[in-house]
Amino acid sequence: MSPLQFCLIFSGVLFSVGLAGALARSNAILVLLGIELMLNAANLNFIAFWRYGPASAPATGVIFVIFSIAVTAAETAVGLALVIAIHRHQRSIRLQEATRLKG
Amino acid sequence: MNAVLILIALVTVGTAIAAMAGRNLLHSVLLLALAWTGVAAFYLWAGAEFAAFAQVLVYVGAISMVVLFAVLLTRRSRDEAAPGPAGQSRALSAVMAAAAVAGVLVGAILRSPLAASPGPAPAVTVRQLGAELMGPYAAALLAVGVLLTVALIGAVVLAAGDRTGQPEDNP
Repeated sequence: MSPLQFCLIFSGVLFSVGLAGALARSNAILVLLGIELMLNAANLNFIAFWRYGPASAPATGVIFVIFSIAVTAAETAVGLALVIAIHRHQRSIRLQEATRLKG
Repeated sequence: MNAVLILIALVTVGTAIAAMAGRNLLHSVLLLALAWTGVAAFYLWAGAEFAAFAQVLVYVGAISMVVLFAVLLTRRSRDEAAPGPAGQSRALSAVMAAAAVAGVLVGAILRSPLAASPGPAPAVTVRQLGAELMGPYAAALLAVGVLLTVALIGAVVLAAGDRTGQPEDNP
């Protein structure tokens, strides 16, 4: 197994852990954290291909990861604000109880 | 294979699994901060120092603190009750789905002919990164700035709610 394949498998396993958490937990904050883990796994892939992949411009992978981290920070801020808004309306952040929009 | 890389991967995946499986929300957030530190260690190992420092600053510093605030603001004892049978069957199917995804991913990675160039890491300095960000990526940088501003204002509007008429607003 080459180092690139090891890095990709590492990232794939991390993605799966985040997916399992996002699907299994009923707490909205933990679901959000699972999504964060999946985004981190994607960033790992960027760095792995930047390090081992075919030669490209030297700064490309790092710049991609920086932009990805910025977008993730924005997503987390909005997600946590939504969680707090749900908590104010429902007095709970269990996703099973947030059914007000259900038809 | 590098032993340091294997250690980083084991620590990161282990803390992530512990965080996702844990019962206590605070412990989960702190373990996830450890997992994010592990990802930053991977960036350092791969030679992307600036990405590692950005990861530590944004994830371990900012996002974990914001998540901790949200956990403490929305804390209730009912949320930490043991899951019923419905929750357990859902957890089982979620783990099975994630295992299937992991199997597909690992199989595809192991079977695809990845041409790895085992050369040295591409050297990139902070000066070079700054020049790239201000030159070819200036439009993207501006777009990210607008995105962060909009997200910040949106988060404040969402979290502030309609508190008009509260006594502490008009002392």
